[in-house]
Amino acid sequence: MRIQLDFSTVKQTRWHEFAVRFLLGGLITAALGVIGKKFGPVVGGLFLAFPVMFPASATLIDKHEKEKKQRAGMEGRRRARQLVSVDAAGTAMASVGLFVFALLISQLIRDYNAASVIAAATLGWLAVSIFIWHIRKRM
Amino acid sequence: MKLILIRFLIGGVSVSTFALLGDLFKPKSFAGLFGAAPSVALATLALSVRVEGTNNVALQAGSMMASSIALFCYASCVSWIMMHRPRRALG
Repeated sequence: MRIQLDFSTVKQTRWHEFAVRFLLGGLITAALGVIGKKFGPVVGGLFLAFPVMFPASATLIDKHEKEKKQRAGMEGRRRARQLVSVDAAGTAMASVGLFVFALLISQLIRDYNAASVIAAATLGWLAVSIFIWHIRKRM
Repeated sequence: MKLILIRFLIGGVSVSTFALLGDLFKPKSFAGLFGAAPSVALATLALSVRVEGTNNVALQAGSMMASSIALFCYASCVSWIMMHRPRRALG
């Protein structure tokens, strides 16, 4: 299946749903700063892969898909569950990329320019995630 | 207090950006990749490099490897449960 841009989901999302994501992301990041300061970097680092976006995305997918199906006169529960499952599978694949991201930073940041290492690690996350997704699609 | 506010704003922008990117793509399995985007990590680590230094960041990243494994388990479980058991996403 080809990767495509789809603006319909963005159009369906209401402003308060964007606001919730912003608020959640900001609160978690601020809280991580406090946790890291109080308990040290090792404990603070445990929360860096906290699933901030996935729960919000999953509930939005569930809600929007049901609304779409109900407009067509159907219930939409089964389809919504399937889409959330597929979305979660994508998140699981990208978590491997996240492991690579963390590995690159932990190994390289002391010896090289920090900005370059973080940029390279982000590209590493993207490359590994897309690679795994691509392999999974072919299976 | 100022640092907490900066973390809040940068974290909010970072998470919102990746969430928006996730909304833009299909199929859903590809869009789901952005559910494990290093949005919070980018905001936190970038600030930590400036405030606490690279040694601290290296330690945080080391712990992050363990939490990414936990995220893999979490997402895999959710995927399986939603496909095979009738549950609401919010439940």
